[in-house]
Amino acid sequence: MEAKDNTYGSANDKGKGRAPVIVIEHLYKRFGKNIVLDNFNIELRTEENLVVLGKSGSGKSVLIKCIIGLLVPDKGNVLVFGENVPDLTHDELDRVRAKIGFLFQGNALYDSMSVRENLEFPLRRHWIELSQKEVDALVKEALENVGLPHTADMMPAELSGGMLKRVALARTMILKPDIILYDEPTTGLDPVTAREIDNLILKLKKKYHTSSIIITHDMNCVKNTADRVALLLEGKCYAEGKYIDFEQSADKNIRQFFE
Amino acid sequence: MDLAQDIRDFFNETGKMARFTGRFFTMGIKPRYEIKELLAQCYIIGYKSLPLIGLTGFIMGLVLTMQLRPSLSEYGVESQLPVMVGIAIVREIGPVITALIFAGKIGSSIGAELGSMKVTEQIDAMEVSGTNPLKYLVATRIAAATLMLPILTILGDAIALFGSYVGINIRSVTNFHLFFSQIFDTLSYGDMVPAFIKTFFFGFAVGLVGCYKGYNSSRGTRGVGSSANSAVVLSSVLIFILDFLAVQVTDLLGLNI
Repeated sequence: MEAKDNTYGSANDKGKGRAPVIVIEHLYKRFGKNIVLDNFNIELRTEENLVVLGKSGSGKSVLIKCIIGLLVPDKGNVLVFGENVPDLTHDELDRVRAKIGFLFQGNALYDSMSVRENLEFPLRRHWIELSQKEVDALVKEALENVGLPHTADMMPAELSGGMLKRVALARTMILKPDIILYDEPTTGLDPVTAREIDNLILKLKKKYHTSSIIITHDMNCVKNTADRVALLLEGKCYAEGKYIDFEQSADKNIRQFFE
Repeated sequence: MDLAQDIRDFFNETGKMARFTGRFFTMGIKPRYEIKELLAQCYIIGYKSLPLIGLTGFIMGLVLTMQLRPSLSEYGVESQLPVMVGIAIVREIGPVITALIFAGKIGSSIGAELGSMKVTEQIDAMEVSGTNPLKYLVATRIAAATLMLPILTILGDAIALFGSYVGINIRSVTNFHLFFSQIFDTLSYGDMVPAFIKTFFFGFAVGLVGCYKGYNSSRGTRGVGSSANSAVVLSSVLIFILDFLAVQVTDLLGLNI
């Protein structure tokens, strides 16, 4: 098996040939002496689910935090719709962030706010002019999308792990972003709930035509959601291709995810 | 114990805190202003602290009066008890004790709240939602603490003086009007104004330290506890340092006559 920045699959792969929405070029990030990203290159194409696979601590979350501007890379470009995120001012970054949804690993719901207030927060904060009626309609739609229309007035502490993840997903989707970054969406969930989240990811992609980067080491999630898979190993994009190619690979660094 | 390392850590921490303060002044006070959140914080930090400040103020005035009475009786100046207690409360004990109670309640609460938000990525989520956490979380809390502590101190002082009035009336009978006119006839602007002004600095210190410790909380629940704890300790120490500096300044300005 050929490794190191190899592209698997044929030219008619899903997403291939479509315009890239995110282009990552020569990305470097280190924390002290720990090199996390070391000349990492990848691109996300329109209406594509790209799964970034990697072991815990391999730098997957660092990668998507560089994309959304929560971390500043040491070197390299992170182009989102052609704009280089590390070069943007705070206001420019906010404008780009309005087009990106981010689902946090731990959900990151505001525990002092109700579900409704959590969902309203991004709508209010991006300074979008909306009437209360429009806000209510968007909240209702977002909660219906994740199958939790009755939870609007509940507090996050009253919800189960799976429900929290769904509400977090509803908040991520409420601005109808073009790109969604999922940070380990199924971690800590039971297999049934994890599959429900996978299905939601696919359903929302189909409904809103989003492009997504999904960070995970859950192979079922990879199998269910990926149009394309990239393996992040030692800070580099070690391999790239379709799930089936990864599944059939004899490379020991890839095989360890299937064993 | 590595003393050199401890000294390095101290200067490192001081530098980080100075940079955080600088970021507050450069980013936090620029428009757009978070007026709604500021008012919400004023309610939480100010109004919700009033029962505690009132209770401790009342007990402080009562106890101070009962403790001073025997000494003043010994020298035959018991009639000066309202004046002594009034000056002590307005000039020093009221602002400092109120600020220390405030540091214990608000400093720890801000430190724990922001620390917990940091650890659970809520601050990151806020930033991703187009909100500058420095404006929304930090600036509002520091401003609310700075504005509310002087008001709480005035109310705390008033309640402490009422406590003193009750304390005097346990052993003897004093007219309410006479008691307060005796105090306010003696107090000058030089007693009240510097004491009032320094509470703005105390409030700022409590808000700033609470936010800094919470915002820079390390990962895990232990980090949150540590943030809350160190916020109280550091802001209490800063209150005493600021009080010392305030005395020096008022002395230089000739207000401590």
